[in-house]
Amino acid sequence: MYTQMVKIRVFEDNANQLYLDAKMPGLTHMYSGEEAVAVGICEALRVTDKITSTHRGHGHCMAKGADFRQMFCELLGKVKGYCRGKGGSMHIADQTNGNLGANAIVGGSMGIATGSALRAKLQKSDDVTVCFFGDGATAQGLMYEVMNMAALWKLPVIYACENNGYSEYTSTDEIAAGEILERARAFGIKAFNVDGQDVIAVNKLASELVEKARKGKGPFFIELMTYRYHGHHVGDINRTYYRSKEEETEWKKNRDPIEILGTFLKTEGIANDDELRELYSKVRSEASEAVDYAINADYPDISEVDMHVFQEG
Amino acid sequence: MPEITLSQAVNQAIAEEMRRDETVFLIGEDVAEAGTPFKVTSGLVEEFSTERIIDTPISEPGFMGLAVGAAMTGSRPIVDLMFGDFLFLVMDQLCNQAAKIHYMSGGKLNVPLVLRTNLGATRRSAAQHSQSLHALVAHIPGLKVAMPSSAYEAKGLLKTAIRDDNPVVIFEDKLMYQDKAFVPEEEYCLPFGKAAILREGTDVTLIGTSSMRQVCEKAALLLEQDGISAEVIDPRTLVPLDENTILDSVKRTSRAIVVDEGHQNFGTTAEIAARISEKAFYFLDAPVIRMGAMDVPIPFSPVLEDITVPTAAVVAEKAKKIVAGELIHAL
Ligand SMILES: Cc1ncc(C[n+]2csc(CCOP(=O)(O)OP(=O)(O)O)c2C)c(N)n1
Ligand SMILES: [Mg+2]
Repeated sequence: MYTQMVKIRVFEDNANQLYLDAKMPGLTHMYSGEEAVAVGICEALRVTDKITSTHRGHGHCMAKGADFRQMFCELLGKVKGYCRGKGGSMHIADQTNGNLGANAIVGGSMGIATGSALRAKLQKSDDVTVCFFGDGATAQGLMYEVMNMAALWKLPVIYACENNGYSEYTSTDEIAAGEILERARAFGIKAFNVDGQDVIAVNKLASELVEKARKGKGPFFIELMTYRYHGHHVGDINRTYYRSKEEETEWKKNRDPIEILGTFLKTEGIANDDELRELYSKVRSEASEAVDYAINADYPDISEVDMHVFQEG
Repeated sequence: MPEITLSQAVNQAIAEEMRRDETVFLIGEDVAEAGTPFKVTSGLVEEFSTERIIDTPISEPGFMGLAVGAAMTGSRPIVDLMFGDFLFLVMDQLCNQAAKIHYMSGGKLNVPLVLRTNLGATRRSAAQHSQSLHALVAHIPGLKVAMPSSAYEAKGLLKTAIRDDNPVVIFEDKLMYQDKAFVPEEEYCLPFGKAAILREGTDVTLIGTSSMRQVCEKAALLLEQDGISAEVIDPRTLVPLDENTILDSVKRTSRAIVVDEGHQNFGTTAEIAARISEKAFYFLDAPVIRMGAMDVPIPFSPVLEDITVPTAAVVAEKAKKIVAGELIHAL
């Protein structure tokens, strides 16, 4: 889990640099700071389990088993990317690992995740689907329609609300009335709150719920308290009008998910500083090798533009 | 006349109308302190307070519905829909409710609201943040549709929209927010249903909506170098559409190309081309040409995205062909 979190952090650092160097087309929303959420949950899943992701989707993609090269290629619009360059940052997904897609419509994947769980039930498979979404997405009506059906039909879906305190430039208290967990409970869905910076806690809870959901005891709802280190997107640099520098520093210094797990590993004698540092630098060099690969990779041939509008045959 | 950006023009129009009419309010995501991601509404909350510049949760169907209800009962809401792509979320409230209420009530209820949103690709934002969906709403009776093509039109059309007693959807091109144009200091409104002839010509009429107006103007310059005289028309509003200006022009030039950033199939270009073919058929020397965005979801990769929308070079190329009488049957 430590390695997975480091991979996400390093991926995002590189993505940011690609943006700053004007090597990446468009914008991207970074996952840095929220690594324990995706990793803690995805480590409780197997390959055939499904996830749906968001506009802030690099972390989910990586945690569900994607590799650096194809991810960087997608980010740069290259044909070797997971979506052949057609999706980019906001639609990045490694489909072979059960990722049904990152979504640029806030809340847009809630139906998809619940439908995937319906499919598992119809097929009598014990696969579980996890729907990742932000606190801001809880304002979408679709969520309440699908939670109602998921609860009625006991679907194996877990709604994972990544509460990072903000939707875009607005703090969550200004846009969410009442308690988010109570909304799920109103449908009879068991709902839990967990520290989203503590990957062990996230993983423990997720593993329990996934096992229950496999046995037909779902759906479940988890609210994970977390924080995004960067702006809403890479271009959101001046943030003081909506959140303070002190708040950002406090999370980065005292609640960093990688630091928290690192400290645990050291206290338990599982790893020492040198080993962790070495791991970090190994991941860094893998990432920069992949960045070079992606920069030198080919763009799609322009004949691909009208390919994949429909499934042929 | 000062030169201002399209974004400033929109901001001024909203501020002026809010000062003039206290029933006007603005509602949408991150419109207050943040001033929208495009910084179009910056500064308004300082003047009008959060009572009239209302930040909402990410609940598009919800705040669209609220605006319809408030409009029916005396307000004049301006709804800010961050991306045109989110129209799909508000379709029921807009098309089943707002568009039909005046008619269904036998003219007894009004829905004076403005939905401000945007269109346009080539921002590397991929398929769900790049669509130009104006044809969808133009299809629904009861909705007016405005397509400003510069800061000047953006201000004048928005002011007219706010004063209109019907639901109006106005599409700004998100790539044009920073583009400047001369805008009069004194107050003005631009009438709906009145097209602008931006350049007179004798060989071919280029009709371009929104950002495609600039594309047509550039194409006309290219054509001039080849000795072809192109007339350029900006319809400014699709509903109502100024058919007369378009037909008069085509009757003079005998050729027309309609350029628009929406998808070509079943789109705006098809509608305008059909009207020309029906009503100016005997004046035509060539088939009317449609040029819209390719009929594919807008791809992320720059090499693919760039070929999905019409460019001046491609428009000029087609114009040359029809003026030369080439390829009359298949283009
Ligand atoms: C339907 C829809 N409305 C608005 C947006 C614009 N938008 C993109 S991300 C975002 C905020 C999302 O907040 P949250 O769900 O908390 O996710 P976070 O960005 O915090 O991870 C908004 C409003 C969108 N993409 N889709
Ligand atoms: Mg959030």
